[in-house]
Amino acid sequence: MAKLRTLSSEAIAACVSRLCIQACTVLPGTVCRLIDEAQRTEPYPPARGVLELMQQNAAIAAEEHVPICQDTGMVVVFADVGQDVHIVGDTLENAVNIGVARGYTQGYLRKSVVADPLRRGNTGDNTPAVLHVRLVAGDHLTLTVSPKGFGSENMSRLAMLTPADGVEGAKAFVLETVQLAGANPCPPIMLGIGLGGTFEQVALLAKQALVDMREGAHPDPYYASLENEWRNAINALGIGPQGFGGLATALSVRIKAAPTHIAGLPMAVNVGCHVTRHASETL
Amino acid sequence: MPMHITSPLTRETLETLRSGDSVLLSGILYTARDAAHARLCAALAEGRPLPVDLRGQTVFYAGPTPTPPGKASGAIGPTTSARMDPYTPQLLAYGVAAIIGKGERSPAVRQAFIANGAVYFAAVAGCAAHMAACVKSVEVVAYDDLGTESIKRLAVENLPLTVALDTQGGDFYQLGRALYLQEKLTPNNFLE
Repeated sequence: MAKLRTLSSEAIAACVSRLCIQACTVLPGTVCRLIDEAQRTEPYPPARGVLELMQQNAAIAAEEHVPICQDTGMVVVFADVGQDVHIVGDTLENAVNIGVARGYTQGYLRKSVVADPLRRGNTGDNTPAVLHVRLVAGDHLTLTVSPKGFGSENMSRLAMLTPADGVEGAKAFVLETVQLAGANPCPPIMLGIGLGGTFEQVALLAKQALVDMREGAHPDPYYASLENEWRNAINALGIGPQGFGGLATALSVRIKAAPTHIAGLPMAVNVGCHVTRHASETL
Repeated sequence: MPMHITSPLTRETLETLRSGDSVLLSGILYTARDAAHARLCAALAEGRPLPVDLRGQTVFYAGPTPTPPGKASGAIGPTTSARMDPYTPQLLAYGVAAIIGKGERSPAVRQAFIANGAVYFAAVAGCAAHMAACVKSVEVVAYDDLGTESIKRLAVENLPLTVALDTQGGDFYQLGRALYLQEKLTPNNFLE
């Protein structure tokens, strides 16, 4: 039997707190490179000016330790817990929320969470976080903190398509989503697209696709080609950075697919802004 | 070259602005977003006085991050304007002269800007570290219990904005895209 590794809830809270501040102030290298590439290839001078401002903004934020965007989001945490890890002290959920409250208070980040969707009421410390736990092999804990702004989250959509809709129906749904969103999600946007699974799984697939910061093409050539085709179709719409026209409407399109039912083709499009952030650490 | 303008904006200035114009705005702004709008419009509907006189003023759809020690302002930037569409005609009829936000407005709101001679400016969204440097002071003036959603008086200097909706009905969200798509098709496109 494998020996259990002990991890204190305080170490988890401290890590989450660090990651909240890091994610809100330092744009991931992958996103910086995508904005750089968009700036180099943007043919429309006014749009190029907006992309240059975005580059400057990310540099100022990292240098001065201030948030890249004032919407420092609702925190989504992915916790990959090794099954040989034993957490002592508080529960994982409490540790995460203690970390979020600490990070958002000490980091002067915006508290954007209300306690109830209808009765509202700001919770005052940006808790609770949305926590997705996966049990994995090994004796480590990997935490990914992804603060999600709602300008883009509000523009996300889910559809239960049918098998007959097929790949063309899926593409039409993506394009419709981007057009309905227009300038609202702060283009150039990043799209996480979930395909397959069930109603609740497909939304999570889309979120995972958005958080996936892989460099380069999708490992499956079929989806690599679709990601490319859909991104080009989006960038032919003319919405552009800030919605005032231009080529750069989407920085990236990432797809995550999963097996589904013979009757179904669930699809979710999670829209991310040009400040799609996350930070990860393994304990 | 961007035009320098000062808030509160005069009628004359509002009428000269055209969609697509770049401006640098200095002066006084009042922040208000979702929760503050709900309260302001409830007060107007019940005939109660507003906690701050917004007639002739510029409203900024923004909820900044807390001001860190030693700084004039936290990170700040526009939030999605469309969420304020249900409240906007009422506030423009009351007398708000100009609004700063981001994104397209509904047809009813576009009409309300024309009917009231008001202007809608777009600020570049998601560049909040950069924009914070334009803010010289932040002071909560109403609804303190709303936290980031309270109404704050801001003094700003050279805030870069684009006129999105002018008093004549010009809409740069439509015009800007049409201009880009049209230029893309011409042989000598994108001359700088």
